[in-house]
Amino acid sequence: MNQFTNFTKGFIKENPVFVLLLGMCPTLGVTTSAINGLGMGLATTFVLVMSNLVVSLVRNFIPDKVRIPSFIVIIASFVTIVELVMQAYLPELFESLGLFIPLIVVNCIVLGRAEAFASKNTPVSSLLDGAGMGLGFAFALTLLGGVRELLGSSAIFGIDLVKGDLMLVFILAPGAFIVLGYLIAIINKLNKAH
Amino acid sequence: MEYFVIIVGSIFVSNIVLTQFLGVCPFLGVSGKLDTSIGMGGAVIFVLTLATLVTWIIQYYVLNPFGLAFMQTIVFILVIASLVQMVEIILKKVSPSLYSALGVFLPLITTNCAVLGVAILTIQKDFGLLEGVVYAMSNAIGFTLALVIFAGIREHLDLMEVPKGMKGVPIALIVAGILALSFMGFTGLV
Repeated sequence: MNQFTNFTKGFIKENPVFVLLLGMCPTLGVTTSAINGLGMGLATTFVLVMSNLVVSLVRNFIPDKVRIPSFIVIIASFVTIVELVMQAYLPELFESLGLFIPLIVVNCIVLGRAEAFASKNTPVSSLLDGAGMGLGFAFALTLLGGVRELLGSSAIFGIDLVKGDLMLVFILAPGAFIVLGYLIAIINKLNKAH
Repeated sequence: MEYFVIIVGSIFVSNIVLTQFLGVCPFLGVSGKLDTSIGMGGAVIFVLTLATLVTWIIQYYVLNPFGLAFMQTIVFILVIASLVQMVEIILKKVSPSLYSALGVFLPLITTNCAVLGVAILTIQKDFGLLEGVVYAMSNAIGFTLALVIFAGIREHLDLMEVPKGMKGVPIALIVAGILALSFMGFTGLV
């Protein structure tokens, strides 16, 4: 039961984007379409799961004083792996996510989970925590990307519903802030109702 | 003229926070009060310029000659993290008054994605050393400008009557959206 909550808490109750407000830069930067949001979310999930696992495995060997730099090196290694693999096999997605792939290193969610959870818990719980948080992040990004894509270019996952563009401003920078603002307000309302 | 284009372009036209979405975390986090936002802005200008200078030198004199360009992400983040630590230690010794003004913000800057982002962008855009430093500094000034404007608006926002569900972060995000909308007016300037 306990392991199960480790996994599910990341979706709604402690959703990294909507509730904890972490990792705002990629959230706003890449969500011009649902596909981009999903791609970024899954890339972050991979880094989060692997870094949580490794940090948890080495947590008893790393001296307390150098733990943050060590965590950063572990995270940066996995980010480099994602970067190279994506560049080789998914060049289009890599192109559209651009700068935000290397910036997974400074995503506060990854370092935050390493420090707050993985450095104190067993590998299995850390793995589940990373997967849950990562998928919660991916869910938030896909939702935000989906809403922006629907309002801005009247499409979902690249499939056109109506010909042409709708309100283009939602694809541009201001739309990201405004849609996220309303989504957080709605989630707050839902969380209160429960 | 070339430098003028870089400066105006990165402060106004493609503002780092409002159009490129780098450094949004501190933009939302420390924009509650005007004084703290000015302090944070000062610290970012200082660190970002220095970090870009150092990472540029490392990229062109260490990584490229040895064929280690794929290590960019790891090397840059380590350089930035240690640089911030060093700045903190030196500042404490050399200028305690500046340290007390900027000190609290320095540890936060390591995880500010604007710093790593601009360092990588400078390399991607093939800038020379001087252009890169100018580019970094104008981006940092753009960050400070957006942060200070936003903090000023939020101070007023606290006194307004806002619908209950929109209080706090949601209304702040919508205001940021409107601010981004007004910055779009600079499009096509350079």
